[in-house]
Amino acid sequence: MKRMLLTGNGAAAWGARLAGTDYIPAFPITPQTEIIETLANWIDTEAMDARLVTLESEHSMITAAGAAAATGVRVFSATSSQGLLYGMEMLYTVAGWRAPFVLINVSRGLSAPITLEPDHNDIMAARDSGFLQIHCATCQEVLDSTLLAFRLAEDERVRLPVIVNMDGFYLSFTREPVELPDTESAQAFVGDYDPENIRFRGSAPLSEAVAVLGGAPYSYFRYETHMAAQNGLAVYDELADEFAERFGRRHDAIEAYRADDAELVFVMMGSFATKAREAVDRLRDAGQAVGLLRPRLLRPFPAAHFRRLLAGKQGIAVIDQNLSMGMGGVLQSELASALYGQADAPPILVSFIAGLGGRDISSEEFFEMIVVTRKAVQDGQVPPPRLVYTATELRELRKLQAVAQVERDELNISTGKGGEHD
Amino acid sequence: MYRIRFHGRGGQGMKTASRILGTAFFLQGYEVQDAPRYGAERRGAPIFAYVRASNKPINERGIIRCPDLVIVADDSLVPVPAAGVLNGLDAHTVLLINSDEPAEVWRHRLNIDNTIFTLPVETEDREELRFIGATCSGAAARLLGVISREVLTQAIEQELAALGKKVVEKNIEKALSAFDEMEPHAGSVITGPTISASDYDSPDWIDLPFEDARISAPAIHAAATSMEVRTGLWRTLRPVIDYQLCKHCWWVCSTFCPDGAIDVDDEGRPHIDYDHCKGCMVCVAQCPPHAIAAVPEQEAQAQEQAGAET
Repeated sequence: MKRMLLTGNGAAAWGARLAGTDYIPAFPITPQTEIIETLANWIDTEAMDARLVTLESEHSMITAAGAAAATGVRVFSATSSQGLLYGMEMLYTVAGWRAPFVLINVSRGLSAPITLEPDHNDIMAARDSGFLQIHCATCQEVLDSTLLAFRLAEDERVRLPVIVNMDGFYLSFTREPVELPDTESAQAFVGDYDPENIRFRGSAPLSEAVAVLGGAPYSYFRYETHMAAQNGLAVYDELADEFAERFGRRHDAIEAYRADDAELVFVMMGSFATKAREAVDRLRDAGQAVGLLRPRLLRPFPAAHFRRLLAGKQGIAVIDQNLSMGMGGVLQSELASALYGQADAPPILVSFIAGLGGRDISSEEFFEMIVVTRKAVQDGQVPPPRLVYTATELRELRKLQAVAQVERDELNISTGKGGEHD
Repeated sequence: MYRIRFHGRGGQGMKTASRILGTAFFLQGYEVQDAPRYGAERRGAPIFAYVRASNKPINERGIIRCPDLVIVADDSLVPVPAAGVLNGLDAHTVLLINSDEPAEVWRHRLNIDNTIFTLPVETEDREELRFIGATCSGAAARLLGVISREVLTQAIEQELAALGKKVVEKNIEKALSAFDEMEPHAGSVITGPTISASDYDSPDWIDLPFEDARISAPAIHAAATSMEVRTGLWRTLRPVIDYQLCKHCWWVCSTFCPDGAIDVDDEGRPHIDYDHCKGCMVCVAQCPPHAIAAVPEQEAQAQEQAGAET
């Protein structure tokens, strides 16, 4: 075991290396490319024995990953944002093949308008694909989750691909101290890929592209996939225990931070949740009983864990770093559905949308969310969802719009249409 | 917790400088977080990098709003709003500026009372500019007062190992020289306060108004807006054409220019658009008769000014 400074991207590459990855189909995209560069360099210098192939798109990359996994080799790949969306057709397809492999997604807001900075709409788009999802908050977690993900994916009760998600910039390019397990203990944990689970043999071809009409066979296959994903919960809990035993680090399906005796609880995912931890510490300093629940698993959704951890709490401030257009925060609605009809569920669930496109969330804003949630508890009334956005930010945006407006007026004058704003 | 921000231009090694300091803190026993921040990765564009170091695990994340120490590798960035050098400064923030002008001038110019230190710019020998990152990290290490000479040396050895022994040694020499130069000011940097949850300024949250798509779609209505972005500000070297040597070939430099910043007139004379030339020096490398020279931007500007005055 060695403790060193690693970026999230570096930690992901180490995860792939320590898990004994055989095959890496790749296609570059910011902010993920460093993962592939690191692996390519290791393979080039013979520090790692694997085959890396650059494909011509993410669509082909996911296809290659699924196909290789179906032959019984250990497969790792990585993408981000638009790349994940470009491969979306094949995400659903290879999950249907029940091909187990690990894909890293480095979260980055989706176009349009285009950005490089993180939010979770990219990974939410893959929510219903059949891939299981592990969300990380630190670089250490990226490495550890990659090892866990191979075990989870390859478990015979699951056999589904797994996405390990980390936030662009906030983890991908950020160095933090990471404990690097030695190769032997990592491989003792991950184990060999079980070929019996796949049953692929040379000169015994199989077809994965089965057509089923009439609905009933289709329903069978789809629902079996759903049940396999649900099995992932119990399997994950076992793995988290085993991991903690071997490495001394707990990565539960939901991280509960100072939540035991909390009256009010933040719920959020990803690396911004460490900011919430910081805010919880400050709120505790000020004598407020506040905690944090951070789901690491989004698929399967740890509904029972949430019910247990939230029982008897007064209120929840859920922070979604994603936005389902015309609906609101995804985590908020999933949490609401998990808690619906539960006798001891918190009566107040306040929705905040924050951190879109990497928009910072300040400590003061976390404090203010608690003020709003506490007031809701007192009034017994849930306020409407809030986009965390300041008057100062809107003023800055107005400057950009003013430029655009002037440009439009000029354009209209030059094309003889005349200015149309009033 | 220490919160430190490095500002410079793409290519100046600010990411490396932040990593050297981060590794030095780490070797010194601190918990560390370091990261660069950039948009489109371009040589010469303003970038920044930051380092946090603490005795406890670090939960803060992302950009540093109120830094304890700001290091500026290129003083021409200070007045550039997009560079954000002065963002979030308060009275306790120490500035370290790579500049030939004294601290007093900067205090007056910026109208602040902060502690400012300057590192002289070494323009005579351009080779020296390559070590500005090491110089900055060495000076910063001493100002912080908690990093030893030995640990700084070890951090540079670790971070630059891939560049070979000679480069490592030169960087160590530069860093240690800056470290020693800042000796009288060791420990000038103090850590800022933590925000309290019982006494804080409430955020000025607003309800976003609905606006129809004519206003709220992210469209730019004018043509050729990239002309408005003076990317020439990114330049540290300026290509200057010697028309005595130019063969009026009419195409080599203008074709190779990746930014389309070289126009050729009817007589076959190339003209460089300095508002948009980023100083990549591709034209200098490509010109067959070597008619284009690379002149340090500061020198070129000084010559221009002298020319305008006479």
